[in-house]
Amino acid sequence: MSSSSALARNPIDPVRASTDVRLSVEQVSYAHSANPSQAPLFTLEATSFQAKPGEIVAILGPNASGKSTLLKLISGALAPLSGRILLNGFVVHSFTPRTRAQAIAVVQQESTLLFPARAWEFVLQGRHAHGRSLRFESDDDVLIAKNALAQVGAADLSDRWMDKISGGEKQRVILARALAQQPLLLLLDEPTLHLDIAAQIGLLDSLRRLAAENRYTVVVVTHELNLAAEYADQVVLMQRGRCLRVGPPASIYQRELLEQVFQTPLTVEFGSNGRPRVNVLSGTQ
Amino acid sequence: MRPLTLRRLLLQCTVLLAILFGVVIVAIKFGAVPVSLYALGRDMWGVLFHQRSGISTDYVLIIQNIRLPRILLGIIVGASLSVAGTSFQALLRNPLADPYVLGVSSGAGLGAILALIAEPHLNLSPMLAALLTPLGAFIGAAATITAVYFLGRRDGQIDGNTLLLGGVITGSFISAIIMFLMSTLSGNLRGLSFWLMGELSTPLQKSIYWFLGIGFFAAAGAIYTTASDLNLLLAGEKEAMHLGVDVPRVRLVVYIAASFLTGLAVSVSGAIGYVGLIVPHVMRLIFGSDHRTLLPTAALGGAIAVVFADTLARTVVAPSELAVGAVTAVVGAPLFIYLLRRRLA
Repeated sequence: MSSSSALARNPIDPVRASTDVRLSVEQVSYAHSANPSQAPLFTLEATSFQAKPGEIVAILGPNASGKSTLLKLISGALAPLSGRILLNGFVVHSFTPRTRAQAIAVVQQESTLLFPARAWEFVLQGRHAHGRSLRFESDDDVLIAKNALAQVGAADLSDRWMDKISGGEKQRVILARALAQQPLLLLLDEPTLHLDIAAQIGLLDSLRRLAAENRYTVVVVTHELNLAAEYADQVVLMQRGRCLRVGPPASIYQRELLEQVFQTPLTVEFGSNGRPRVNVLSGTQ
Repeated sequence: MRPLTLRRLLLQCTVLLAILFGVVIVAIKFGAVPVSLYALGRDMWGVLFHQRSGISTDYVLIIQNIRLPRILLGIIVGASLSVAGTSFQALLRNPLADPYVLGVSSGAGLGAILALIAEPHLNLSPMLAALLTPLGAFIGAAATITAVYFLGRRDGQIDGNTLLLGGVITGSFISAIIMFLMSTLSGNLRGLSFWLMGELSTPLQKSIYWFLGIGFFAAAGAIYTTASDLNLLLAGEKEAMHLGVDVPRVRLVVYIAASFLTGLAVSVSGAIGYVGLIVPHVMRLIFGSDHRTLLPTAALGGAIAVVFADTLARTVVAPSELAVGAVTAVVGAPLFIYLLRRRLA
């Protein structure tokens, strides 16, 4: 909504003009079964896409399409059945947890804390993977955590208790912790799930700005068609464990394709900024 | 922002050490035979500066041979149980976890009894024979926490209430086996109240104290190396992994070390309950839930709590004695119920 987000959406943004590939997902597949002798309950068919620094990739699809599985594979939490995922040319799931946390930050759907913590303590946790053996935080760590809170506009929340702030504020603090990890790759699983519309737009505006400023590669799992259309540089469209299309929103958002994937009648228009906009038609209309 | 510094940690520990010292003085002074503080000071001075001639026989008999060893035992047992409780709470993500509540103490007791039964048949040297009981207790503790861990899992996740229920039932089942063994076997097995309630009155060989001390510092030290990992584990294993914690390694180290500490404590003092529940909660209220602070302060707090409880146990119905576990249970069980109600609310 601010001038910085308008700037970030500028099509001649220098970040997006760069050609080096940061994240490369190469023919990655996965199968999940309750026990090894049974047929798998869920499979992800070979999926490929690439992303550059500063790019936002949206993984889009209905429930049970394999979005979150793909994100877990990229985060290294799951090992692929075949194929590989490269980050700056290194195979992700061969990293140690510590190295992985220095390169990849994951923002998950809200989790509860066992004992209360203040926002700054929570953000400092992001420095864990960068610390020394006994890990007393250094002045640098504190500075990085402060900057991270400031970058998401949450500097004033620093001394608040995590269980006493609103869902939108909490989401910003969680994002700040991810930034404190100083990652190359920022992964978000349904980050807008519990947020109202203003908070959703606020979060995605900051993601857009952060991707540009810090040259993060951002991968967001979502089923919000319009938010993906507005903010993503690339969309990976998933359905029932298959990757149907990969490309910029303008080329993916075709009425027949989306109607078939989301199984609901809808219309697609293109706005003045060249980005598509989807209207879902309810049955009575 | 006020991140933890080494200086603040040392300051907190110094305060607790001073309190522990005060409690130790009280514990030395009070008992079936009262000792005046002046005489105590004079005799300790004599011991410290090797002026043996002035030391009263009372001092040697009562303080040096009876009360001090018992206090030392209370310190090690309290610190062990408290560190074990703190570790189980973090790993199982359950603020009600405690070696006694989870049945781990009973398991350690059973292991120790089986070792005592086996020992005369094994022809070991005296040194090895003395270590067999703690070893049996450790194996019993490790086996029990493994069983309770799997009992508490539902759909691949730890379920807090199932875990507690599984622990309580496992504990009562093992206690029944202990009672069965005690009533059918005789020999050098100590009393039933020792294994079920805990006592510090059993005299030990001097070498055992060295073993206990070294064992405590090794296991507590191993847990302390994972202190900041435990902080992240409070948010869940998945989150901890994404923040750079090697979850399987931390889990293995801490389960083994915490079981070892429980086995260590139970093999010399029986199953003293609720120390691992009360002390970490009190320390968390005072110092916060950062494990880099919580582990050392809980260790000192556990030592303070057990030495204090044992002083009460010795003096309340003097010249007779209570089991120290009865004192800790009187405080601990209501606290457990309070925490449980608050959790369910």
